[in-house]
Amino acid sequence: MSVDSSTVKHVASLARIAVTPEEAERLTAELNGILAFVDELDEVDVTDVPPMTAVVATAMKMREDRVTDGDRVDEVLSNAPESEDGYFLVPKVVE
Amino acid sequence: MTDLTALSLCEARDGLAAGEFTSSELTDAYLSAIEGARGLNAYVLETPEKAREMAAASDKRRAEGKAGALEGVPFGVKDLFCTKGIRSTACSNILGNFVPPYESTVTENLWASGAVLLGKLNMDEFAMGSSNENSAFGTVVNPWKAAGDDTPRTPGGSSGGSAAAVAAHLCAAALGTDTGGSIRQPAALTGTVGLKPTYGRCSRYGIVAYASSLDQAGPVARTVRDAAAILKVIASVDDKDTTSVDAPVEDYEAALEAPMKGLKIGLPKEYRVDGMPAEIEESWQKGADWLRAAGAEVVEVSLPHTKYALPAYYIVALAEASSNLARYDGVRYGERVPADEIVEMYQKTRAAGFGEEVKRRILLGTYVLSAGYYDAYYLKAQKVRTLIKRDFETIFADGVDAVLAPVTPGPAFPLGAKTDDPVEMYLSDVFTVPINMAGLPSIAVPAGLSSEGLPLGLQLIGQPFREAGLFAPARAIEEAAGSFTATKWWA
Repeated sequence: MSVDSSTVKHVASLARIAVTPEEAERLTAELNGILAFVDELDEVDVTDVPPMTAVVATAMKMREDRVTDGDRVDEVLSNAPESEDGYFLVPKVVE
Repeated sequence: MTDLTALSLCEARDGLAAGEFTSSELTDAYLSAIEGARGLNAYVLETPEKAREMAAASDKRRAEGKAGALEGVPFGVKDLFCTKGIRSTACSNILGNFVPPYESTVTENLWASGAVLLGKLNMDEFAMGSSNENSAFGTVVNPWKAAGDDTPRTPGGSSGGSAAAVAAHLCAAALGTDTGGSIRQPAALTGTVGLKPTYGRCSRYGIVAYASSLDQAGPVARTVRDAAAILKVIASVDDKDTTSVDAPVEDYEAALEAPMKGLKIGLPKEYRVDGMPAEIEESWQKGADWLRAAGAEVVEVSLPHTKYALPAYYIVALAEASSNLARYDGVRYGERVPADEIVEMYQKTRAAGFGEEVKRRILLGTYVLSAGYYDAYYLKAQKVRTLIKRDFETIFADGVDAVLAPVTPGPAFPLGAKTDDPVEMYLSDVFTVPINMAGLPSIAVPAGLSSEGLPLGLQLIGQPFREAGLFAPARAIEEAAGSFTATKWWA
């Protein structure tokens, strides 16, 4: 399979990465190179093979449903580009 | 006094215990070595004050009779590990000046054993790369050069800073992470020992995530014994990582003395790929001969799906990366590019903050997970992954204890040699990726020098949670091959 530059632009918008038309062109060629490489997998017969869900078979761990951590507002916000009154600040989302 | 930085980790540990020198003296020796090696660009953050403070505290603990397993030994740490109060960037501009308010479990374990932090080490951005050329802090230069050739070479990647720092004696040992070969490949290209433990052996808590089903922390060290001593300390089951496994942590140094007689070592015929340089093939053969001479039985085995591991890896890893890296949105941490509207802010922030290779991988990962392509790519790759794991299970069930294989298709290549073609660069990991896909432990050991005088490595791949079984054969190779130190040229 291969992609065209409009698909690349669509995928970039899904991934929330701004790309210029020139970048989209270059990425199209690069992604097609990688896709051609992974197309080798078409040779493998995977009939009746289950997909891997965990590389090490383990049972999901359970624990008591109680609060074990929290109340660290200052630490949580310590790396925020913008914050105020215990909140992360972002551009207005709802009019 | 002899140069303290010339001591291996275990020699330094034993010298400290014998009172031959203090951690403060040892730490100062490393801090001057680091200062005199900035040209290698191995460290992205030196923490001399923290180091001296930790060393003084260590000397005090020892005086009080409270020495830990790695008491007073100075480490460098890949910048993928979050270190509390110390800038941790994954060598990405998007993390900017991120200062974690918490500590990764693996580094926490290391400090609890008495170790000292010298600084944070360079790497490919978000651990995505095989040459350390994708770092926001610039590339690392390999301490090794070819004979009579001044061309700067790659230390490998993504743990390129870790490997270069260990090879140049800028720390007693270092921590790295290995998602597709990121510890073993740089170890092989720098003449150092690199260990990727079994998936689940070490906690991933506090390690910046790349591909969560593949990522695993481990040591880069000068000797097999050093790697064994470090694994004992960093391995742990952790409530903060549900994929960490409660498997008994053994005395890995004692495992160095395990008998070689009766050990069955497999050589996978599928690793003998077309176009493999003759000296890689020869070094592999020599390794097999050394193990045979040490008492092991060496047999040819077949891992039929080997050639599909790399393409399947690039689907699984990139899909997981696209999900993991969705968190870098300029809201909670990192560098934000302001905009009037929120989606535009995300798009500009991510466009400015991520490097080219990271963008490529996020886009490909997003594509293979997108509607209509999920089954063709991601599901198929996960099925192939099952087959790769089954290949190993089959040979282990047949009585093979460990597999011996090359680590890389060639020695360290010149910087810039593979940057134009992503797929060409990805092929650097052809021998290491299958092990991550199967979740197995593997140790890379120096096995000699190429005709150009560059290090070559061999890896031993073991059964899940049987790291202990790797150390005796790894040491047999180490003893037969000898150890290699780069001649100092850097400043």
